[in-house]
Amino acid sequence: MNLQFVVDGLLTGSMIGLGAIGVTLTYSILRFSNFAHGDFMAWGTYATLAVVSAIGAMFGKIAPIAPLSFGWPLIVAVIVGMAFTALLALLLDKVLFSRLRTQGQAIIVVMASFGASMALRSLLEFIFTSRPTYFSRAIQIAMPVGWGIRITPDQIALLLVTAVLVLGVHLLMTRTQAGRSMQAFSQNAALARIVGIDVAMIVRMTWIIGGALACVAGVMIGILVQIRPFMGFDMLLPMFAAAILGGIGSIPGAVLGGLIIGLAEAGAVQLIGAEWRAAVSFVILMAVLFVRPFGIFGVRER
Amino acid sequence: MMDLLGYGAFFLTTALMFSLITLGLNLQWGLTGLFNVGLAGFVAIGAYTSALLTTPEDAARLGGFGLPIVIGWLGAMIVGGIAAAITGMATLRLRSDYLAITTFGVAVVVQLVALNAQRLTGGPFGIGFIPRPFGGLAETPLLFNLSNLAVVSAVTLIVYLALEHLSRSPWGRVLRALREDERAAISLGKSARFYRVQAFAVGGAIMALAGALQAHFIGFIAPDNYLPILTFQVWVMLIVGGSGSNKGAIIGSILVWAIWAGSGAATSALVPPEQQARAAALQIAAIGVMLCIILLVRPGGLFGDMPRRPRFGKAAKAVAGESTAK
Repeated sequence: MNLQFVVDGLLTGSMIGLGAIGVTLTYSILRFSNFAHGDFMAWGTYATLAVVSAIGAMFGKIAPIAPLSFGWPLIVAVIVGMAFTALLALLLDKVLFSRLRTQGQAIIVVMASFGASMALRSLLEFIFTSRPTYFSRAIQIAMPVGWGIRITPDQIALLLVTAVLVLGVHLLMTRTQAGRSMQAFSQNAALARIVGIDVAMIVRMTWIIGGALACVAGVMIGILVQIRPFMGFDMLLPMFAAAILGGIGSIPGAVLGGLIIGLAEAGAVQLIGAEWRAAVSFVILMAVLFVRPFGIFGVRER
Repeated sequence: MMDLLGYGAFFLTTALMFSLITLGLNLQWGLTGLFNVGLAGFVAIGAYTSALLTTPEDAARLGGFGLPIVIGWLGAMIVGGIAAAITGMATLRLRSDYLAITTFGVAVVVQLVALNAQRLTGGPFGIGFIPRPFGGLAETPLLFNLSNLAVVSAVTLIVYLALEHLSRSPWGRVLRALREDERAAISLGKSARFYRVQAFAVGGAIMALAGALQAHFIGFIAPDNYLPILTFQVWVMLIVGGSGSNKGAIIGSILVWAIWAGSGAATSALVPPEQQARAAALQIAAIGVMLCIILLVRPGGLFGDMPRRPRFGKAAKAVAGESTAK
């Protein structure tokens, strides 16, 4: 067996993991499974693409940064895209989710997210058509790093970006007051409210972190694979599976779950063929639900 | 005139098949409160099962047993019911969102199998030559459409009456009690999980039957018939009609299908051909927005019978209050 699947798996796992952080936060703090999370990914990616093209139109062609396939325009664009996706999530919460939450039936909110997902995705298809696009059509030469593994500079950069982001979110959740408030709220909402935690702020933080990370994950898919309106929807099952595997509410769990699923998918591609790739997350999900439904880092629900 | 009548029959047949799926969903969601977002998967399971059982032998794939159509329908119900029962057993002891995620996964996997297990499902080319009831009448479209309508109406009526009876029976009362107040029902000695698995399995069997019916009506099935959009359409039908009411499920399906087919016809008449794909995307977006608006404005739908009570006790209320606690 070729060890190349380790690199592929780590990359897919990074995308899944970054997305799963948002899923796990929405689930543990707002208490519903957000089916529109994948579409935040796609919207963030298209927003980033739009900013990249706008910069291209203003400044002409800009040479990429030495070994990478992209230059500063993408870096600027991704930051704009993250802000845009966070705003989109906040807006959707304001007009839809927050109102339904007050009715108190979690499952109605899930249903609304399902409708919103369909609407968001079809709207993207309407605006940009379903034809795939790319950030760059340049082909990168992969460098051999030993044991039969090859890796491109883009891939190294994206793995580093993931590591930095995950570390950042982890520090935010454990070392800042806001992050600790979020954790307190997810563990015991009523008690958190009694000690005077600002719930509106926690809800905002949840959407901002989830939306921004979804955008980064989407842009990674855009750089390594392609940009399509369905790109996020196809990630939904792996993201849910990763969040459940890691244990709902646990950010390290979501990332670890993402990496496990990414590696399993890449391994399955080698062993049984690429066409069955999407089934891997389902098999893992079912196995977790039967054996350890509270996940690796989760606690048993009482 | 005859054309119009024929089209009317065709339209109603299609709408009633949706009604049948919606009735199955109403048993799961409306009566029991189980959230199934992978119903396209169960419809597909039914369609493929029945097709495999009834088509003539085919060298290119397994199966093709050439059995009578009714056996195909029964087989579809059994396989669909078993698939739903397994899904339910894995998830129904957990929080309700897990069922949503798992059913979503089931639909993805069924789609994958339909697409890739060529020996079984014909892959992307699908399965053709599925025997059609009254296939002999196909030369006279009106008679053919009317007799199909009669069959589908009869099946829908039977399922409707059975479900009405079930929901009034002690079994249905237990389900409703579990939906309304789980703790009270459990304290009366009812096993929540056991009843929910049953309801989920019966609902899955009805969906599979609808899939089988549709496969025999069209005579051809392919993986593309069972995309997530089907799940979505049926949900909108149930929400518009009103969850909890079987009558609402049927009327909602006919109404939403009329809007869907009507707006589809309008776009294909008004929009230039090269823009049709985009217009179709806009149509789906519009229906998605409609679902969200109904949920916001009139969550009970036209004939709704859903409780407006939090399902998850303390946790739900704590989150619910957030907009007031600033």
